[in-house]
Amino acid sequence: MTEHKNPSETGDALIVDGLCKRHGRVQTLENVSLALKPGERMALLGHNGAGKTTLMKLILGLWSPSAGQISVAGAVPGSSEARRASAYLPEAVAFHRALTGREQLTLFARLAGAPVKSVDGLLERVGVADAADRRIGTWSKGMRQRLGLAQVLLGKPRIALLDEPTSGLDPISRHDLYAIIDEMAQHGTAVLIASHALTEVEARTDRIAIMRKGRVVADDTLARLSARAELPIRLKLTAQNDDASEVHARLGGKRINGASVELLCSPENKMERLAHIAALGDLVVDVEMAPPSLEDLYRHYSGEDRT
Amino acid sequence: MIARVLAVAAAEIHIARRNLWVLMATVIMTLFALALTFAGAAPTGALGVDLLTVSVASMTTLSVYLAPLLALMMSFDAIAGESERGGLALLLTYPVSRGEILFGKFLAHIGTIALAMVVGFGAAGIAAALSGGAGTESILALLRLIGTSILLGAVFLALGYALSAAVSSPTAAAGLAAGLWLVFVVLYDLGLLGAVVYDNDGFFTRNVFPWLLVLNPADAFRLWNVSASENVALANGMTGVAGALPAWSAPTSLIVWPLAAFLLARQVFRRVQP
Repeated sequence: MTEHKNPSETGDALIVDGLCKRHGRVQTLENVSLALKPGERMALLGHNGAGKTTLMKLILGLWSPSAGQISVAGAVPGSSEARRASAYLPEAVAFHRALTGREQLTLFARLAGAPVKSVDGLLERVGVADAADRRIGTWSKGMRQRLGLAQVLLGKPRIALLDEPTSGLDPISRHDLYAIIDEMAQHGTAVLIASHALTEVEARTDRIAIMRKGRVVADDTLARLSARAELPIRLKLTAQNDDASEVHARLGGKRINGASVELLCSPENKMERLAHIAALGDLVVDVEMAPPSLEDLYRHYSGEDRT
Repeated sequence: MIARVLAVAAAEIHIARRNLWVLMATVIMTLFALALTFAGAAPTGALGVDLLTVSVASMTTLSVYLAPLLALMMSFDAIAGESERGGLALLLTYPVSRGEILFGKFLAHIGTIALAMVVGFGAAGIAAALSGGAGTESILALLRLIGTSILLGAVFLALGYALSAAVSSPTAAAGLAAGLWLVFVVLYDLGLLGAVVYDNDGFFTRNVFPWLLVLNPADAFRLWNVSASENVALANGMTGVAGALPAWSAPTSLIVWPLAAFLLARQVFRRVQP
């Protein structure tokens, strides 16, 4: 919060090492290790029940781990230093219906030790200043989500944990949300985003971690994850006169409907394949090429395509 | 620490201010207190005491029912409600301890109860004093009634927090709160009454029963108001039990109860995993 640097401020914002969590006989987290540097934005992807929320609650010190270590800006989760250094946006956050937005945010500011004067600016920043003095019970879901984001910005945290931050937001709100996340990252806040909105996360994060059944199965930049997965490029051909039989007979692949054929090819064979297609001349009226998407990657690493 | 407690209290005051139940309970209590005061105008001559004394005796009985009810209505939702909305997990990620959260809520709620008591009983007291006269003793009795009602409210606020932390849904907490009220205010006394009748003025009635009575905060409240003022006791018909106990017993019970209940609530709240 101040300009001077202490040892913990120069190190990683978050270190998770060998973390395990058991609920009775169910192992919800198994040997999870992660590290986030200041200003780094990491997407945490996984199915429902993959352990994303559990991981966040352990980092926040709300639950205690069965084994393993967590360091939040050099402090133990749940300690006042760790609580001061972290911010949290729960999934589908709800506030007391009888409080106004300003009252709710003022409470959080006073608890966080942030100046109460900053509340007006933050309400403005997330775009709910007009409704600030109306009861939260009358607010839309998107507005409540924005208020939740405003409290994340209080007191310039070292790490922000956002659980499904875009759920219930319209596209413009999502755009605003990611603009705010970028701004936080520029100020040195590490941001961990659990999300299902794959396409948004793709452009908006530095690193992607994929969880599956309580384990981290991938943790790298998007480019390196793609290279390692060696996923094929998809080519979709539209045949002349809506008749794909001829094209299918000559090139193989998979017929999608009467008029189209889908081909898969590795990146290095791409040009060769395109040459074959061009050789068919008028038979093919259109070619669409799709590089592997985050969704394909996600399926690959989360094990959905290998059963 | 003070700043965080006050921050929680400030937010809770906003909530209590907009809580229709609280407003209604205060209005109902004021109306009841006024009605009892004027209905009590008849027996003053027979007992030879002023109208305010009779009014305090009636309001003591009223408060036994209403103070716990008002307290439980505010407290049952305190933790279960936050937990269900998903706000509790967020609140607990802030640098504030669970004891501080609980104490902040308590300050706001007890302030609201105090206001309701002062307004309700104060209005009835003033009305009684103006129309039927009041003496030093009856004014003291009124102040005692207000003070002990606030203590009684504190007991049930803290018990309400404890059950609100013990269950996960506000509906379950509301049900338990109703049960708690019924046990402490109605069933406990009925049970003791049955035992006394069965015992037929034996050892139990003379030596055990008064202590069991004073163990219940609602009865301790009644006993304190009764034993401190002979006239109130006369008007209330509770002289027998009040005489069987040392004078310190009822005040001790009513002062220890809120503290013990608050510690219990904090202990239960500490075990909550949001």
